[in-house]
Amino acid sequence: MLQFTSEQFRLKVGLAEMLKGGVIMDVTNAEQARIAEDAGASAVMALERVPSDIRKDGGVARMANIAIIEQIMKTVSIPVMAKARIGHFMGARILEVLGVDYIDESEVLTPADEEHHIAKNDFKVPFVCGARNLGEALRRIAEGAAMIRTKGEAGSGNIVEAVRHIRTIVKEMKQLTVLGKEELVHASKTLQAPLELVEWVAQNGKLPTPNFSAGGIATPADAALVMQLGAEAVFVGSGIFKSSDPGARAVAIVQAAKNFNNPEKLLEASRSLGEAMPGLDIAKLPESELMQTRGW
Amino acid sequence: MKRVGVLSLLGDFAAHAEALRRAGAEPALVRDREELRSLDGLVIPGGESTTMLKLLRYDGLLDDLTEFGRRKPVFGTCAGAILMAQRVSNPEQESLALMDMDVERNSYGRQIDSRVAVLKTEPDFESRTAAGELEAVFIRAPRIRRLGPGAKILARFEGDPVLVEQGRHLAATFHPELTRDLRVHELFLEKL
Repeated sequence: MLQFTSEQFRLKVGLAEMLKGGVIMDVTNAEQARIAEDAGASAVMALERVPSDIRKDGGVARMANIAIIEQIMKTVSIPVMAKARIGHFMGARILEVLGVDYIDESEVLTPADEEHHIAKNDFKVPFVCGARNLGEALRRIAEGAAMIRTKGEAGSGNIVEAVRHIRTIVKEMKQLTVLGKEELVHASKTLQAPLELVEWVAQNGKLPTPNFSAGGIATPADAALVMQLGAEAVFVGSGIFKSSDPGARAVAIVQAAKNFNNPEKLLEASRSLGEAMPGLDIAKLPESELMQTRGW
Repeated sequence: MKRVGVLSLLGDFAAHAEALRRAGAEPALVRDREELRSLDGLVIPGGESTTMLKLLRYDGLLDDLTEFGRRKPVFGTCAGAILMAQRVSNPEQESLALMDMDVERNSYGRQIDSRVAVLKTEPDFESRTAAGELEAVFIRAPRIRRLGPGAKILARFEGDPVLVEQGRHLAATFHPELTRDLRVHELFLEKL
């Protein structure tokens, strides 16, 4: 049986299904987790610093302090996710024993391995991974990721990269649906992804896991935009707690994810929000400062 | 044809819509009050019940759902079953009180304790659907802690009631929408 149809995999994907239509928010302490839950977050993501601070401070970005993750788990009743460094399977093992509900093997933290991702099928806890294109998404699913999110450009406050990534993934999936058998073999080679997964996408026109969006979402309009383009839920990192009024912005983005099809309600959600987080022009960022190019 | 809606604020509403379609119904995704009016029945999907409650409050939809449940059949799975309960614990929260039962949230633990199990169905379930084992996907599942005398148990897991009905309403603490087995959805469609 294929790994991605196993019982264990269905349970992992099952929890991701429960988060569709919702907003997963980055939090760095229990107080922020409480604000996120009160605003209607469907889950929280525990990390040491939000991406925009990681970008500013530099240095090595590691997994969050265990005591803080524990406090967050005690504070909220919604699922708690935590980030692990790419390839850091022992960090992930610790998070699994701790009992977090999902692990994000994330390019936002400094990679611990420059060739290998974590062998995620070996874990009981589910993983989410970032992707910029279909090949990357399918490689992560082959390793055991049960949820895919666009990478976007974390901590930039600029939606352009998340848009690029969700459009690319959706377009590449559409293209597969019209290919013949022998063309799929070729596609598997060019996408650098396992044939069985390429064939699955060709038949179903979607990923075998939920497909969410992350990386640069700062406003209700941003959330609605990526949902229109095919994302089934959104992650908001720096966008909430780096804005001038986090509680109000969190509520507004939750409203936007739910009402992504309703411009009148989006207008309502966009009123009286205060200042959004400061944004970056990604074209002016040096290559070495990009987070999206981490992961292989 | 009867019109069945799936509350689509958060959670696995797409999986429910797909299951209903395969069972021969034409589901409608419901996000606001107007869409509730024309329906003969409603599914409240799995998801996070606290988050769903907040979304329902933002839109002032809570009273509409209670009112809908007084007249029409409602089927809740996991978070949906929590919303349908009389009382909710861990933590305490508001609910629609459509069924005479008390439910404890996340009663089996966190995601790591989620599991796929085979259920023991009651004769009443078997006589109304095809016989055979019922596979159940439990995800951060709630547990029914008290069940009123008017409710009927249709399936159990380790002794706990996990599929129950009371009059026109049906509730499951697991996710029949995440399996290929359509019997639970068919049972609900018969109530419309």
